[in-house]
Amino acid sequence: MSSSILWTPLAFGIVGLFLPKKAVGWWAVFGTLVTLGLAIAVAIGFDNGTSSLQYAVDEPWISGLGVDYSLGIDGLNLFLILLTAVLWVGGVTFAAFREQERAKSFYFLMLVAETATLGSFLAQDLLLFVLFFDLMLVPFYFLFGAWGHDRSAEGGKTASAATLQMIVYTLIGSLLMLVAAIATAVIAADGGHLTFSIAALQEQGLSHGSQQWIFWFFAAAFLVKMPAFMLHGWMPDAYRAAPLPALAVFSGVLAKVGAYGFLRVVLPLFPDATVEFQEVILLIALASILYGSVMAFTQTNVRLIAGYSSVAQLGFITAGIFALRADGSDGAILQMVNHGLVVAPLFVIVAILLERTGTEDIREMGGLALRAPVLAALFLIVALATLAMPGSANFIGEFYILNGLFQAKIVFAFVAISGVAMSAYYALRLYQQTMHNRAPEGLLSREIGLRDGLVLVPLVLCIIGLALYPQLILKRTDRTVEQTVAKVTGGDAPEAQLASKKP
Amino acid sequence: MNFNEPHIDYAGISPIIALTVGICVVLLSAVFKPTKRWAPGLTTIVLGATAGLLIWQWDDPKTLITGALRLDDLAISISLIAILTAAFCVVLSLRERATEEAGSGEYHSLLLGSVLGMVLLAQATNLVTFFVALETLSIPLYILCATNLRREGSLESGLKYLIVGSIGSATLLYGMAFLYGGTGATNFAGIANGIARNGLDGDPLILIGIAMAAVGLAFKTSIAPFHQWTPDVYQGAPTPITAFMAVATKAAAFAVFLRFFDVALGSQSDSWQPALAALAAISIVVGNVGALGQDSLKRLLGYSGIAQAGYMLGGVVVLSASGTSSLVFYLAAYAFMNLSAFAVIVARERETIFGDDIRAVRGLGAERPLLAWPLTISMLALAGLPATAGFIGKLYLIEALVEGDYTWLAVFIAIGTMISLAYYLRVVAAMWMQPERETAPGATPVIAGASPEADPVDPEAGQRWYIVGPALLASAATVFFGVIPQPLVEFASHAGAALFG
Repeated sequence: MSSSILWTPLAFGIVGLFLPKKAVGWWAVFGTLVTLGLAIAVAIGFDNGTSSLQYAVDEPWISGLGVDYSLGIDGLNLFLILLTAVLWVGGVTFAAFREQERAKSFYFLMLVAETATLGSFLAQDLLLFVLFFDLMLVPFYFLFGAWGHDRSAEGGKTASAATLQMIVYTLIGSLLMLVAAIATAVIAADGGHLTFSIAALQEQGLSHGSQQWIFWFFAAAFLVKMPAFMLHGWMPDAYRAAPLPALAVFSGVLAKVGAYGFLRVVLPLFPDATVEFQEVILLIALASILYGSVMAFTQTNVRLIAGYSSVAQLGFITAGIFALRADGSDGAILQMVNHGLVVAPLFVIVAILLERTGTEDIREMGGLALRAPVLAALFLIVALATLAMPGSANFIGEFYILNGLFQAKIVFAFVAISGVAMSAYYALRLYQQTMHNRAPEGLLSREIGLRDGLVLVPLVLCIIGLALYPQLILKRTDRTVEQTVAKVTGGDAPEAQLASKKP
Repeated sequence: MNFNEPHIDYAGISPIIALTVGICVVLLSAVFKPTKRWAPGLTTIVLGATAGLLIWQWDDPKTLITGALRLDDLAISISLIAILTAAFCVVLSLRERATEEAGSGEYHSLLLGSVLGMVLLAQATNLVTFFVALETLSIPLYILCATNLRREGSLESGLKYLIVGSIGSATLLYGMAFLYGGTGATNFAGIANGIARNGLDGDPLILIGIAMAAVGLAFKTSIAPFHQWTPDVYQGAPTPITAFMAVATKAAAFAVFLRFFDVALGSQSDSWQPALAALAAISIVVGNVGALGQDSLKRLLGYSGIAQAGYMLGGVVVLSASGTSSLVFYLAAYAFMNLSAFAVIVARERETIFGDDIRAVRGLGAERPLLAWPLTISMLALAGLPATAGFIGKLYLIEALVEGDYTWLAVFIAIGTMISLAYYLRVVAAMWMQPERETAPGATPVIAGASPEADPVDPEAGQRWYIVGPALLASAATVFFGVIPQPLVEFASHAGAALFG
């Protein structure tokens, strides 16, 4: 089952290369829907009661090098897989409603990207994880570079320059991660049988000294991917260059792979180093929250507002994980899903705004709500979810994160709270400037059509659904998270009990 | 009178015999009119026969000609890589100007001569055969580089290679003399014994010998700081020959590198391991930084080859079975990655007026997807991205390095790879991400040594089977061994077992 989820998008992508140009978009939509169906089937059959891997596949792949083709699903990745499947349906459908240049390659790359992303969530072998983590970049490199926007006229970068910058940034992290992953396995094997299986590595354990440097190699890769403060240099240019359907899934899912990597790899494999560097990472996370929020205030490009708000949100998620308490990590996973569900429709709305107004600058927008109340209402729901309005799932996620952080490191929690307040400001500013105020001359204000509604409404329904019933996620992640965190703290994490009682 | 007839293992030397006979046949075929056009076909048959004879000896290690040669799986795997590359070179040379100008028979027999040198070199376990094989390999190459007679660059390339190569050979020979003087033996096992008997402490003779031999080999494998000839020679030589040189010479030279250092000098690894590791690190930095500003694709691949040689030298440094296997794996992967790139360059050289300039591939993605995909895959694989053999090769090498306690060199490989992205992806971006620029009609490209009169444009070159075929084949292999690497890993692990089993 894990294998079929993983390879379905790629199989559809390859077949799509041989279809007529007109059909390939809808074929790709069909492919993402099948994947989503498989993911939902997995979620329905998921057993909440256990923390161990389900739907596990484990075959030797390169036996000489100790690399296994090993996949599995547990509480950590179940909902991230679902999120991936949902967002890809949204992104690809949105693209299919529109004419794409070189459509075959476009959808092929989109589907390759889905397989690579699912692979990095599903992989239970350290090297397979690194492989998919790197592979994710390749399709996005082409998507951003070849279908992106040339900003050189506005004093920005050309699409290929922006993507090159992104690739170099992110691969710096992941190549060092490759060395670190191999070092982990070799050191852990200590001359014995070499294996990259995460579970086996966890049992073998690493000495404290090795953990210290390997931790940073992994952390660097994940922090660049998010991106965290100081490592975000690639983000503004890449976000401005990216084609919007690809950006929606990129921002919605790929950033989370970094955060997920901390939970899947760093916490279980390098527990001593995690405790040792907890505060350093928390500082980076707080800096990301503050910096991302402040930048989101001042930007006028809609994409960058969304981009910087992601930096802040990912800061929250990292802080939740590095509270090293079950409730913090529970909240972090919930928040990863929430943020994905929020940011993807946001970019879809940006694309719709761009079509209406011809600009991405919020100073030149306004008054759209007058004629397009449905669009405005959908946007409002997304905006309110972004600022974690009580009643939204984002509120519960942030509450868990802050609760965990509060009990672990009270000082950090106080600073982080200011981020919550700031998110209200940038989210409302974005909404107000685009939807309210006076409409500039010559602005087309139309209601969204059925085709955009078909993309937006289901995503917004997911947001509302999660707001009503966040236990859907929390109940299933609980066990695994508890166990993951307990490995770091050494105890059986009594505070995890708290997590299952709270709303 | 008693006469002990020496035992001759004809099976063992059959590949060498086949090549030698083949050289004569190909050369003679050009003399007679009816067989004049047969040279490429005959060459391919000779290469195929040699490959078959080598595979026949697989997994049956033996020592030949009183210990002068050793035919084991390392030798066979390296020879097969060289032969495969030569076969690609033959196909890519079809309709190449260089073959016509130099004479098809001569061109192809020289190519076979070089292959003979490589097959010998991969088996050499004696200083004398080592040197003779190296010269057999090199001398035909000096000539082949200069076969594009009407191109200044080609002649320059041949001359440069001759001079620099001779210096390399002379240094190596001088080093060998020192080694012989210090140990009193010419075969590798004898040298190892001699060193073990006398010890290395305070014997400057042997140390100088080792150092000079290393320098000589570094010349041949284009390892920095002995690489200066590489970009110029690569750029000037006819492109099929460049492809052959880049891959096959490197493979053969690394085979003897492994045997010489790991067998003859293995006991004294403390004295040379740090030095070779330093050379590898320098090579990685120099190659990758040098490639950054290159507009000529052949120069770019030349510099990239210097960097890749640095990565591969890591496999020699660690002195282990997994190091050897990873090196052989990387060489095989490197062959596929490079051959598809060179095939595309050949096509564009004949098709456009830009020669091997990066402008020649601009807009290739839209214009000729069947050429753009192989070059893209090749660049991504050289950069070590996943789902290609390049990724698995790096993984294998890094694993060997970390196991051998050379983690710092593994980090160097990672850093080098990051730098390399900048130039590999530049080529990819040119193909897919820039609209094809208008070129003023009749504009002469500003490339050293190119003259449009001497190289008429063949607008169909990019569709001919003998160019598209090899390009697609090599890139398909690159992807195949990136997804299903197990067969190639098995193949390479035999080579590792041959030295350390």
